[in-house]
Amino acid sequence: MNSISVRALLVRGMLAGLVAGALALVVAYFLGESRVDAAIALEEAAHSAHGHDHGAGEELVSRGMQSTAGLATGVLVFGVAVGGIAALVFCYALGRMGRFGPRATAALIAGAALLSVYVVPFLKYPANPPAVGNPDTIGRRTALFFLMVALSVLLAVAAVIIGKRLAPRLGNWNATVAAAAGYVLLIGLAYVFLPSFNEVGKDFPATLLWQFRLATLAVQVTLWTTFGLVFGHLTERLLVPRSDALAGGRTNRTAAAVG
Amino acid sequence: MAQTAAPATGASAITPISLKAIAPWAVFFGILMLVLLYFVGAEQGATALISGEGVHEWVHDGRHLLGFPCH
Repeated sequence: MNSISVRALLVRGMLAGLVAGALALVVAYFLGESRVDAAIALEEAAHSAHGHDHGAGEELVSRGMQSTAGLATGVLVFGVAVGGIAALVFCYALGRMGRFGPRATAALIAGAALLSVYVVPFLKYPANPPAVGNPDTIGRRTALFFLMVALSVLLAVAAVIIGKRLAPRLGNWNATVAAAAGYVLLIGLAYVFLPSFNEVGKDFPATLLWQFRLATLAVQVTLWTTFGLVFGHLTERLLVPRSDALAGGRTNRTAAAVG
Repeated sequence: MAQTAAPATGASAITPISLKAIAPWAVFFGILMLVLLYFVGAEQGATALISGEGVHEWVHDGRHLLGFPCH
């Protein structure tokens, strides 16, 4: 009966994630690397000023590799992995989220993912360049960062479910506003009650910190925007027949989904 | 194409994929993707499955620029 194949969507999601990762990699390389290098230079200057030699010369992975092949590995694997997860979410959301076609569903999921997976946790636990952050607290910072991501994603899912439940009583607009307000309120409480960290050294330039953080935001915005558009395009082509799409996609899509 | 005879209700007429069809993919690939994210984002940082610093050092720049706590 059901011929929309999860496999076909998953493959397209990972492919779109790879394309998104490639564009994000370009942004990371050109906007981010200069700031990482500047931060490392400050870190090394501070170390040599204190006189302890780090056993210089025997680094495991050279800076050249870290900033090219290493960076590419990280960003591309990240892109493929989040693309795959987003495709699975798409499989569930498609046709269950009101009157949205494949393209609009993909765009909504990408936007919601950017906000709930990155922007909301980032506002509480922003990205840090090298030289910022106390190695002794890495365990706590990592745990709280992932807790914040999980909390944000779970609350976003809950907001969508509650919004859908409220829709028949309040209407779509008011239900969406109410669910979003509930999400913002609970996230605000989490911001207030979860511990914060201030581990930026006194001598670390504020401009560099700001530019580094903006660069990480640009990487994520690029990644999710590209993913939403590419995945939306691929799924629309898969799920809506050509003649239908040319006619404006107004005709019954069950034919595409079932036949 | 016989289904087009059913009353058309616009874009909402997409048939959702049944949960039964999604579940095996979601479990297997969902976990696989999370493992990949773990290796990019956290391995040899706060926790380590593999000893040494190789993974951490290799994805070091990616980890910083993707917003993960690195060190």
